[in-house]
Amino acid sequence: MKLTVWTYEGPPHVGAMRVATGMKGLHYVLHAPQGDTYADLLFTMIERRDHRPPVTYTTFQARDLGADTANLFKTACQDAYARFKPEAIIVGASCTAELIQDDPGGLAETMGLDIPVIPLELPSYQRKENFGADETFFQIVRHLAKPMEKTQRVTCNLLGPTALGFRHRDDIQEITNLLYELGVEVNVTAPMGATPSDIAKMGQAHFNVLLYPETGEQAARYCERTFDQPYTKTVPIGAGATRDFIAEVKALAGITAEIDTDRLRQTWWSRSVDSTYLTGKRVFLFGDGTHVKAAARIARDEMGFEVAGMGCYNREYARDIRALAKEYGVEPLITDDYLEVERAIEALQPEMILGTQMERHIGKRLGIPCAVISAPVHVQDFPARYSPQMGFEGANVIFDTWIHPLVMGLEEHLLHMFREDFEFHDAAGPSHHGGHAPKPLSPAAGEAGSMPAETAPAPPSTDVITWLADAEKELKKIPFFVRGKARRNTETFAAEKGLHEISLDTLYEAKAHYAR
Amino acid sequence: MTNQMPPPPSLGCRSQPILKQRGQREVFCGLTGIIWLHRKIQDAFFLVVGSRTCAHLLQSAAGVMIFAEPRFGTAILEESDLAGLNDAHAELDRTVAELLERRPDIRQLFLVGSCPSEVIKLDLSRAAERMTQAYAPKVRVLEYSGSGIETTFTQGEDACLAAMVPVLPETDAQELMVVGALPDVVEDQMLGLLSDLGIGPVRVLPARNIDSDTAVGPNTVFALTQPFLGDTHAALERRGARHIAAPFPFGEEGTTAWLRALAREFGVSDETFDAVTEAPRRRARQAVAQAAEPLSGNSVFFFPDSQLEIPLARFLTRECGMSAIEVGSPYIHDGIHGPDLELLPAGPQLSEGQDVDLQLDRCREASPDLTVCGLGLANPLEAEGLSTKWAIELVFTPVHFYEQAGDLASLFARPLRRKSILGVAAE
Repeated sequence: MKLTVWTYEGPPHVGAMRVATGMKGLHYVLHAPQGDTYADLLFTMIERRDHRPPVTYTTFQARDLGADTANLFKTACQDAYARFKPEAIIVGASCTAELIQDDPGGLAETMGLDIPVIPLELPSYQRKENFGADETFFQIVRHLAKPMEKTQRVTCNLLGPTALGFRHRDDIQEITNLLYELGVEVNVTAPMGATPSDIAKMGQAHFNVLLYPETGEQAARYCERTFDQPYTKTVPIGAGATRDFIAEVKALAGITAEIDTDRLRQTWWSRSVDSTYLTGKRVFLFGDGTHVKAAARIARDEMGFEVAGMGCYNREYARDIRALAKEYGVEPLITDDYLEVERAIEALQPEMILGTQMERHIGKRLGIPCAVISAPVHVQDFPARYSPQMGFEGANVIFDTWIHPLVMGLEEHLLHMFREDFEFHDAAGPSHHGGHAPKPLSPAAGEAGSMPAETAPAPPSTDVITWLADAEKELKKIPFFVRGKARRNTETFAAEKGLHEISLDTLYEAKAHYAR
Repeated sequence: MTNQMPPPPSLGCRSQPILKQRGQREVFCGLTGIIWLHRKIQDAFFLVVGSRTCAHLLQSAAGVMIFAEPRFGTAILEESDLAGLNDAHAELDRTVAELLERRPDIRQLFLVGSCPSEVIKLDLSRAAERMTQAYAPKVRVLEYSGSGIETTFTQGEDACLAAMVPVLPETDAQELMVVGALPDVVEDQMLGLLSDLGIGPVRVLPARNIDSDTAVGPNTVFALTQPFLGDTHAALERRGARHIAAPFPFGEEGTTAWLRALAREFGVSDETFDAVTEAPRRRARQAVAQAAEPLSGNSVFFFPDSQLEIPLARFLTRECGMSAIEVGSPYIHDGIHGPDLELLPAGPQLSEGQDVDLQLDRCREASPDLTVCGLGLANPLEAEGLSTKWAIELVFTPVHFYEQAGDLASLFARPLRRKSILGVAAE
C-alpha cells in the first residue's frame, strides 16, 4: 500500500485510452465499474477534444457482481460493434474488473465478430499509464501490421504520439515537415491519427522514427525484429538533438541532402548578449525520462544553465536518468511521490524548475519560477497556437517558454541595486507577469522575525545554525529569485567552516567563496 | 405579501412513469464528493483505500489541483495487498500511522472504500473500529463507501454523512438539524434566516469540525438542503429524528417553500414569516428575472449527474420560463424528490439511470436549447451545435437560498449568452 497525494501517471487503462482516442476507426470496450467514465473528461476537457473518446464502459454496479458481469461485457461489446462500426476493437479491464476475472479477451473472442479483436493484459496493480499506452500500441501493431514490400521511395513511420500527449499534435507536424525536407516521406504516423488499416501498412516503411519512447518503444522494437525496420534513437528535442536526429535519419535513409536551418533562431537568441543573465542559473529538472534527458542537454549546452538536480517519475527510465545524473554530477531522483519531489526542490533551492504541472504547483508554493517540459500537463499546456517541442521550431518554442518565467536581464540588475524600492521589490515578481508574488509557506513563517535554518533542510551538517539579526536583515534585501541560493550557500559555507552563527561577515565571505 | 406568485402547477410529475434504461452510465463515482467535503469539514482527512484509478479520478475531477497538501489522499493497493487480507490490514495500519504522524491537526479520519477495496472485501469497518480504539480520543476514525459500484457522484456525500449519524451524541432537546454540505457563506445566510424566524436551536450536519454540538434524538426534526441524502435521511430516522419534507431551497420559490415548511413546524406566525422573507424574496425575484432573461422560452434537457436535476428543473421551468424536455437523475427517491416533482409542470420525460448512447440519441433528436450534462459530454455536444451547461459546476458553486437564486439562473444563462456574444448561430 502506498500513500499518494497526487499522481504523475494514471492507471494503465488510461494509457490504452490515449492510444484508442488518438486513433481513428478503433473502439475500446473496457470492463469497468460505474465512475471510471471520469477518464473521458481528460480528453474532452483537458485536451478540449470535440468528440467523445471511442470507449464503451460496461459500468457494472454492485448488484451486477452477484449476477452476470460477463454477459454485461458481451452485451456492451456487441452494442459498441453495432453502433460505432469500428475496423477493430481492443478489449480490456480496469483495476476493479481485473479483480473479478471475467477475461474480456476470452469473452470477446467467443463472440465471433468479423473484425479483429485485440485483447489487452494491463496489470493495474503493478504498472501505470505509460506502460498501458506502450503495451496497447504494441499489441495493436502485433495483431494488425503485416509484412509488406517496402515502398519504392524512402519512407518511415512516426511512432509514439497519442491523445493527451504533451505537444504531440505539433511535434508530428514539425517532424513530418523536417523529414519531407530531407526527402523522406511519412508512411504511417501511429497511434495518433492512424486507422487500423493504416497500421496494417506499417511494414512498408524503410525505418521508424521513434518520437516518444515512453509510448512507442515496444512497437519500435517489434517492427525492428519483424519488418527489419531500424528505428531512430535520438529524440529531436533541442537544437543539438535535432541536428543529431537529422544525421541519424540521413544515415538510415542513405541521403546526403543538406537542410536549411534558417528557422532555428534559438542558437542566436541564446548567444545574443541579452541572454547573458541566463548564465549559470540553477535549474531542477523533473518529468518523464525522455523529456528530462532532452531538457538536461538543452539546459546545459544550449541555455548555459547549471543543472542542479534531475529526476523522473517513470521507473522504466530510471537507469537512463541515473547515468545522466552521474554525467551531470547531480543526485538522480527517481520517484513518483510528489511530496518527495517537493522536498528535493525545497532543499536544492533552484532558481527555476523545469517540470510537469505538479512542479508548477510546487514552484508556486515555494515562489520559484517554473516552466513545463513534460506530461502530466493541464489544460493550459494544450495551446491553440502551434508550439511543438521537437525540431527547430521546437527549440525556438522551448527557448521562449523557459525564459518567460524569469526576471529578465536589466530588471534583475535593478532589483539588485534598489532592493527596498516600495514598488519594485521582491514580492512583485517579474514585471511582465503583472505581479505574481511568491506565496509564503505560511503567514506565520513569512511574518516571524527568525529565519530558521531548518526550513532549508539538509545542509551537510546537522548542527543548528543561527542567523544573527544583521545577517538576516541583509539576506532579506537580496532579491527573492536568488535569496534561496544565497541562504543555502551561506549555510553550507558556515557548516563547512564549523560555524554555528551566521553574521554579516559570514554572508559576504560565503558570497566571495561562491563567486563565479 | 406580494401577489407575484408563480403559476400553480397544472398536474405535476410525481405520479408520472419514469423511464429506466440499463446501459453505460456516464457519471462520477462517490469519491468525487471528497473534493468539497475535505474543505467543508476542516479537521477531517479522507483516506481512499483504492487503486491508482481512484487517485487519478480525484486529481482529474478537481480540475485544478489545490496548492497546499490537500486533506485527502489515496492508499493505493498494490499486488502484495491483494494476496492476503491480513497483510492488507497491517499495511493500512502502517499507512494511517504514517499519515496521522505527519498531520497531527487531523481529528477525524474517514477511511473511504472504493471499487477494488469492496471487490476484495477489505473490511474497512473493522479497520475503523480498530483504529478508533488505537487513536481515541484524539482522532475519530469512520468509514464509508465512495465506490462506483455502490455510489454515484453526490451519493458519496450521502454515504459520508450517513456514516457520521450513528456516532452523533444523543439528545432529547427539541432541535432542528439542517443536513447537507453547503458553502460556508450560504450556510451562514441560512442560519441568519432561521434565527430571524425564531427557529432554533439549529444544528448542521456536516459540522465544520468535530467539536460542534450537533446531536440527534427523538425530538430532533431535520431538513435536507441537498436532494441526494437518502441514506442519511434513513440513518437519522433510525435515530428517532423526523424529516420535514419540502421542495429544495433553490430559487425564490424553492427557498420560500423550504423555509415555510420549517416555519410551520416551529409555529412561526405568517406575519413574522413575511416580515423576515419579504426583502430577500423581492431581491431573489429581481435577480432571477434579470439573469433568466436569456433562458425564457427555451428548452432544457438534463443528463443524470448529481440528483439535483429534479429541483433544478422545477426552478428553471417555474421561475425562469424554460420548458423541460427530459429530466434525468441517477436516482429518484419519492420521499425526498416528491415535493419538487409535484411542482414540476407535467410534460418532460423523467428518467432514472441511463444508457448514455440511447439518451444521446434522444437528446440529438430533441435538439434542446440547453443541455445539462457531465464534463465528458459537454464539449462533444457543443461541437455538434448544442449549448451545454456542465453539471458539476452546480455542485461546486454557491447556489442555494435567496441570495444565490440570481447566480443559479446565471449559471444556466451563461452558455446561451456566450453563444449570442460569439455570434454562433444556435443550431
